[in-house]
Amino acid sequence: MENNSKKGRRGLLPGIFRNQIFIPIAALVVLALFNFAADPSFFRISFGLNSAGNPVLSGYLITILDYGSELAILAIGMTLVTAASGGQDISVGAAIAIAGSVILRVLCGHNSRPEVLQTPIIVAFLVGCVVAMLFGAFNGVLVAYFRIQPMVATLILYTAGRSIAAWINNNELPIISQPSFGYFGGFIPGIPIPTPFFIAVGCMIVTFIVLKFTTLGLYTQSVGINESSSRLNGLNPAFIKFLSFVLLGLCVAVAGLIKVSRLSTINYSVIAKDIEMDAILAVALGGNALSGGKFNMASSILGAYVIQFLTTTLYKFNVQSDALPAYKAVVVIILVVMSAPTVREKLSSLGKKIRNHEAKEVSM
Amino acid sequence: MNKGSVLEMRNISKNFPGVKALQNVDFTLCEGEIHALMGENGAGKSTLIKVLTGVYEKDGGQIYLKGNDKAVSIRSPQDAQRLGVSTVYQEITLCPNLSVAENMYIGRGKGFFQSFKKMNAEADKILKSLDIPAKSTQQLSSCSIAIQQMVAIARAVDMDCKVLILDEPTSSLDEQEVEKLFGLMRDLKARGVGIIFVTHFLDQVYEVCDKITVLRDGQLVGEYEIKDLPRVKLVSKMLGKELDDMSDIKSESAPYSGGDASEVVFEAEGLQSNAGIKPFDFKIRKGEVNGFTGLLGSGRSECVRAIFGADRIIGGTVKMKGEKVKITKPIDAMKHGIAYLPEDRKIDGIVGDLSVRENIVLALQVMKGFFKPFSKAEAYRFADEYIKLLEIKTASADTPVKSLSGGNQQKVILARWLLMHPEYLILDEPTRGIDIGTKVEIQKLVLKLASEGISVTFISSETDEMLRTCSRLVVMRDRKAVGELSGDDLTQSKIMSTIAGGED
Amino acid sequence: MKNKIKNMTDTNILLAITIVIFLIMYLGAVVVLRSGFLKPQTFFNILNANAALLITSCGMSLVMITGGIDISVGGVVALVSMSCAVYLDYHDGSIIGSVLIALAIGLLFGAVQGFLVAYLDIQPFIVTLAGMFFARGMTTIVNTTPFNVASEAFVALKNMRINVPGLGSVNKMGNYVSAYVEPGVIVALLIVIILFVILRWTRQGRGFYAVGGNRQSAMMLGINVKRTKFLAHLICGLLAGIGGYVYFLHVGSGSASHASGMEMNAIASSIIGGTLLTGGVGNIIGTFFGVLSLSTIQNIVSSVGLDEAWWTGITIAAMLCLFLVIQSVVLARKKRT
Repeated sequence: MENNSKKGRRGLLPGIFRNQIFIPIAALVVLALFNFAADPSFFRISFGLNSAGNPVLSGYLITILDYGSELAILAIGMTLVTAASGGQDISVGAAIAIAGSVILRVLCGHNSRPEVLQTPIIVAFLVGCVVAMLFGAFNGVLVAYFRIQPMVATLILYTAGRSIAAWINNNELPIISQPSFGYFGGFIPGIPIPTPFFIAVGCMIVTFIVLKFTTLGLYTQSVGINESSSRLNGLNPAFIKFLSFVLLGLCVAVAGLIKVSRLSTINYSVIAKDIEMDAILAVALGGNALSGGKFNMASSILGAYVIQFLTTTLYKFNVQSDALPAYKAVVVIILVVMSAPTVREKLSSLGKKIRNHEAKEVSM
Repeated sequence: MNKGSVLEMRNISKNFPGVKALQNVDFTLCEGEIHALMGENGAGKSTLIKVLTGVYEKDGGQIYLKGNDKAVSIRSPQDAQRLGVSTVYQEITLCPNLSVAENMYIGRGKGFFQSFKKMNAEADKILKSLDIPAKSTQQLSSCSIAIQQMVAIARAVDMDCKVLILDEPTSSLDEQEVEKLFGLMRDLKARGVGIIFVTHFLDQVYEVCDKITVLRDGQLVGEYEIKDLPRVKLVSKMLGKELDDMSDIKSESAPYSGGDASEVVFEAEGLQSNAGIKPFDFKIRKGEVNGFTGLLGSGRSECVRAIFGADRIIGGTVKMKGEKVKITKPIDAMKHGIAYLPEDRKIDGIVGDLSVRENIVLALQVMKGFFKPFSKAEAYRFADEYIKLLEIKTASADTPVKSLSGGNQQKVILARWLLMHPEYLILDEPTRGIDIGTKVEIQKLVLKLASEGISVTFISSETDEMLRTCSRLVVMRDRKAVGELSGDDLTQSKIMSTIAGGED
Repeated sequence: MKNKIKNMTDTNILLAITIVIFLIMYLGAVVVLRSGFLKPQTFFNILNANAALLITSCGMSLVMITGGIDISVGGVVALVSMSCAVYLDYHDGSIIGSVLIALAIGLLFGAVQGFLVAYLDIQPFIVTLAGMFFARGMTTIVNTTPFNVASEAFVALKNMRINVPGLGSVNKMGNYVSAYVEPGVIVALLIVIILFVILRWTRQGRGFYAVGGNRQSAMMLGINVKRTKFLAHLICGLLAGIGGYVYFLHVGSGSASHASGMEMNAIASSIIGGTLLTGGVGNIIGTFFGVLSLSTIQNIVSSVGLDEAWWTGITIAAMLCLFLVIQSVVLARKKRT
């Protein structure tokens, strides 16, 4: 009776529309249609040789796949932080600068333009991971144990991060000449698809495995939804929040590796600039509440690619990179206004009137 | 309006989705009178007060105030204040970062600038006339809670209030502070202010009030002169049992026959938490069902929270099966086989956005460990098993638990703890706010669990529920354990007289 | 003595700490780095360079006192500089017109953000983060390349100096040079005084504190909480606009990278000046000393020879972190007692 009517109501709409992932998919379709109408050449993919003589694919879609991947990696960590703490980490861009700087420093040793690498890349990357996770832990301690709002706590690293990155390399600009270092942000010889995509896929697989074989997902959501009740179920909410920031640190290190690999060098004030905005947007566009709680990882990851789709579209229409934030800020405001409780209440009371009508018919 | 009355509420009704919170309730307050508003949880007294102060809008009825010819409409707290109805809540609703004088005058008066000199002088005058030991320039947060409450009252007095509502003002005060507050109340009474006093402390009602109005289940039980209503009678009115038909119904089943022979599962000595309860001793045997009883706010929930480690423990020792153990946080208790169904389902119980399945497996999952998640199939099996066992009405195991009805939410939380196969189960108000059928089911379940050897501590506002299930009751009054009843003493009247205390 | 401290309001305790820290720091600088810090002009130069920061910090303190935050101020300052620069040079605008543009931009940001925060109940951080990105993006859209303003009237105004009598010094050539401040400093000091008076002695001013102290209580006490929050953001936006113009007057150019990190400095100044992040406690005089402390530290850092931009960022972040943690600990203590 009660059950039946609920099922009946649900049956009126196909399941996909109720699923969170519908939001980024819809956004993707809108963007794609817009591009298709404006200039179908947007979807052209060409095959050629790059400057190193490797066969590569190129085109706007490949760019999206390439740059969207680092964003997707960040979105994974940002989703966890958002879910557990109900706030966002705005220091990811600065933290990427730090991780990248550390990786370069370890690779170069004392000489900023080494002929050969001083350490294996994997070692440098691992050191980068450790450092990035330490900075994540710093944010995590401020948020979880000192109970400072996440955004304000991460504001500290947001300001200091790029300075710290410069300081790590004595404000020099190390340049790596070894081509193999460029593989991570470019192409591996013989493979025409950009490497970041494979790295992102790797991260997604790891994330999937972690979510499948640990209780991380359940714990973070539980803490984000109801801290008090989580505690009474034996969880340690502060530690879960702390952990989410450390994991974001790991994602930051991976993104940092891709970023420095693209250029084989680093520009402290420009690297990963404004990426925090994109990462937060990816989470929001994925339909996840920015106030924390339930999350859908796949939806966030797709959201990241959609954001990159938007960025690339704007680029194509000759919007300058420095002006991009203005457009994205408008998207953010629209998203948060739509999801604001006061606005939702009004919308849902409107919707309820319609649904009541519907429900009456069903119950009859 | 009758002569001499300052407030008359007639036929007040208020409905919430699914609940009739108030049904045609009348209330009359006279000039210079302290009037107690009594009732157990859910009786409707806080709804009545919120209607009067404009927090809720009433669905029906009229409110008359002295000085207004027609019925008044009160739409917001500001409206209420303007009409001379002031409220002092249990939670201080002043700004701790402002000075005493500012708290008395902010939000009133016109003009851009505030004359601090004048304001402070006036504030000092009122504080002095009411004999409140505070200085106008002092920051409010540096005053004790009692003084803060008195400042709130001073504000109300200065706003020329005719009706002063004191909503559980004494629950965080010590005896001397309560005395001071009573002095102030009597002073105001002499000035002709009508005071509505809401409290759970019976002693205080009899010390300071003139009249009592009792509500139960959203309906008016009656208005009584204080001298006509002895304590035991008051308690029986509140609980809805006339003394006559309370002629000592023995519990239908003799639930526990183990006597003192079986093993003591849990034992606490001098246990004390930071939630403001006096140290208490407690023990429970295997397969026993016992309970904490007392009026709301008497400290019964705080006791079981202390057992489970939910509040910060500040003293006492705890033994499980004779062995001394340390329980400082919930996970410790869980590891020793203790489960706790909290009093406030929404805040402490459900994880609203998660599905029924996730809510059911949560506690067991936490016990099992971070790296050993249940597979989906296992989780579904557990969930389906308990959905069937407890007859939880839900569309599926994937439905978010917040969309279930209260009773079914409660069953989900119960399932969560039963899944853990606890040795000792604490149920704090498991039957609150759920329908009668489910209540009976839960009571039966408790007895069944006990027969399987699980020890259960059961707390309920409804005494007959406790009588039906428990073989021993710890009686709480004013945050202290004041008695223990078992065997032939387990009767309504005995419980009530112990709760009421005093000589009646 | 102990009783006196006990009876002090939170605001006054934090204010006292700030002033003491500033004096110790400045005296330390005078003792250790004798030459520079003894001259009054050094002090005035700190004011000259930080007048804009002082103005935006006042707005920031106001928003923080009501329990919010506004991180769009740096972006608004950049947008104001660029818009005014373009208006003056490319459109032959007048000084008055450029001032009006600055005020309009500030008010617009304040009003929109205030509406979203107060009436739609959206987290102030998210709203103003978007505001910051919007302002920075718009700056580039208004004009991409940085440039110096050549308008004569403006250059004259920019080079205006106001002499401070009696505090001059004799330079190496033996001539007496009188000490001066820029017009922006006068504007900043006026704003400090006005805002101090409003916060201290007006009903609305105390309303800001009440809302920040306890929103629910403030409502029960009859304060219009939404309007108060809106007003705080509006004033903060307006001050960001004025601060933007003062900044523009100081640097005389428009650039998208102007005032980068200013929101951070403003927040840091407020917090160092004793404004609690949780709201309800703070003081404009404290903010004034917060700005002075911050800029003195920056001066010391560069005097010691660590004249690299990244040291400033690190020191400010470190100071902010320290004060945040102190606040968090103090608050936790207070709650427990």
